[in-house]
Amino acid sequence: MKYIDNNLVQKKMGSRLLRNKLAKLFFLLATLFGLFVLVILIYRVIRDGAAWIDFDFINNKLSTDPERAGIMGAILGTLWLMLVVAPVTMILGIGTAIYLEEYAKKGKLQALIQTNISNLAGVPSVVFGLLGLTVFVRGMDLGNIVLAGGLTMALLVLPVVVVAAQEAIRAVPGFLREASYGMGATKWQTIKNVVLPASLPGILTGTILALSRAIGETAPLVVIGIPALLIPLPDGVFDKFTILPVQIYYWTLDSALVAEYTNLAAATIVILLVVLFLMNSVAIFIRNKFQQRF
Amino acid sequence: MQNTAGQNNTNIRALIEEKKKTKSIGRTMEKMVPGILLVIAGVSIFTTIGILFTLIAETFLFFKEVSIIEFFTGTELKPLGDNAVFGVLPLLTGTLISTVIAMLVAIPIGLMTAIYLSEYASEKARRILKPILEILAGIPTIVYGFFAFTFVTPLLRSFIPGLEPTNILSPGIVMGIMIIPMVASLSEDAMSSVPNAMREGALALGSTKLEVTFKVVLPAAISGIIASFVLGISRAIGETMIVTIASGSSKNFTFDVTQSMQTMTAYIVEVSGGEAAAGTTLYHSLYAVAFTLFVFTLVMNMIAQYISRRFREEY
Repeated sequence: MKYIDNNLVQKKMGSRLLRNKLAKLFFLLATLFGLFVLVILIYRVIRDGAAWIDFDFINNKLSTDPERAGIMGAILGTLWLMLVVAPVTMILGIGTAIYLEEYAKKGKLQALIQTNISNLAGVPSVVFGLLGLTVFVRGMDLGNIVLAGGLTMALLVLPVVVVAAQEAIRAVPGFLREASYGMGATKWQTIKNVVLPASLPGILTGTILALSRAIGETAPLVVIGIPALLIPLPDGVFDKFTILPVQIYYWTLDSALVAEYTNLAAATIVILLVVLFLMNSVAIFIRNKFQQRF
Repeated sequence: MQNTAGQNNTNIRALIEEKKKTKSIGRTMEKMVPGILLVIAGVSIFTTIGILFTLIAETFLFFKEVSIIEFFTGTELKPLGDNAVFGVLPLLTGTLISTVIAMLVAIPIGLMTAIYLSEYASEKARRILKPILEILAGIPTIVYGFFAFTFVTPLLRSFIPGLEPTNILSPGIVMGIMIIPMVASLSEDAMSSVPNAMREGALALGSTKLEVTFKVVLPAAISGIIASFVLGISRAIGETMIVTIASGSSKNFTFDVTQSMQTMTAYIVEVSGGEAAAGTTLYHSLYAVAFTLFVFTLVMNMIAQYISRRFREEY
């Protein structure tokens, strides 16, 4: 004897089953919409830009002549910027995370810092730009140099590093700490020799993701006043500079005047996306390779 | 014999001294570290104080020169020239309209994506689709700006003839696409945390998956889902480069989406990029606009936090 009569089921709830199937199709289409846009976007920038990428494009300085323009200055600027952002944001981010997870007593101060960090993560990046303009560029009179931009950017991505480091530290199991204390180690020794090494992969992954956000940020640096003019190649943190996204911005704005600027912008986008892709691959590699499961 | 014993003695004494020294270094380290770390953790607090202080101080100067009523009710914004007029309403409508357009794209598509990933997709499909969403979320906004300006606007102009080369519609739509991954992944998290027992109960009563989704899962996850919408709105209000590139810098007070409009963020980029001289009313207006923007996003973020904390159902 059959317990379920499929014909009866079809008859009784056929329209409901059909509706379910149609809805599923709609949900799938909505999900694929993202993929669709991604494909078009990548196709467009490669179509417009790939032909313009050659050794000269990477190696030349900026120029108003599209045929001779290159992005060496922007590449060096991006590198110098990262050389400021990476150490500053790592020291601040890891230090804050260790304090919150290991030292801070549950209480008002800890809650204040924690809430403050999640609110900072929601502040628009242009506002950070104004902070950098007021405090670093004008207040400390640094001018629009790499150091000022780097400090601004480090504060902008700080919440990302703090949250990632906190999660990594929290994931270190208690028995590792207890073993260390059992051997007579002090609190700081335990943190330095046990907790940090165990949470390092998670912290590094978070830092790389934060840096890849910093590499793509444009608004704060436009606000602190990176010039659209041609400037000499930067060779230190005290030089004026430009970076890849800012260059894309100016070329896109001026594409109404010189049509080839669209191609230059697209070519620069291709380079930027390749850099981001490589950074994210490294982050995923570190996560998969070194992350210990306890 | 005696000589060696003496040597041993001094050796041991030296060793003890040595030990004491390193131990005291260790002890001072032990005492200093929490202090150092507290100072480091304080940097984030000082950042907030710095932001608030700079914004409020310069905004205060601005309102000495321009009346606060004129600023918030003025429909005209002409920051340059001798007869400069500072009314923020054109920027507010620009921000509002671009945000509404973005959310009209991001909310339905993001929510449907979340439903598909959480309720319908097989494990394998999820493993492919989620990284794609992450890539979409990781693309820099400047790239979306380029995309809006060079692809979406021309595409829209081919079937909306009256659309200007720079308009608020195209960046609004692209901003929505940018926010889809955020709404989708936060909503999906909320839906995935609904326990399976509730789904199974409904399925056992003869519900289809669609009915389970709309009558059980969505109501149970509603606080997380709404929080994701509010965070999306906050993101749209603060988004800068897409609108700066694709919507131009006309300070029109209008509700016509085919026209160029400026948002608060785009105004900040335009005026500060133009090297406004410090101390002028134009320079101070930057901070008044930024402060308004800051308050808007802060309120949105606080609403999101409140919703997800207050209405969270624990299972």
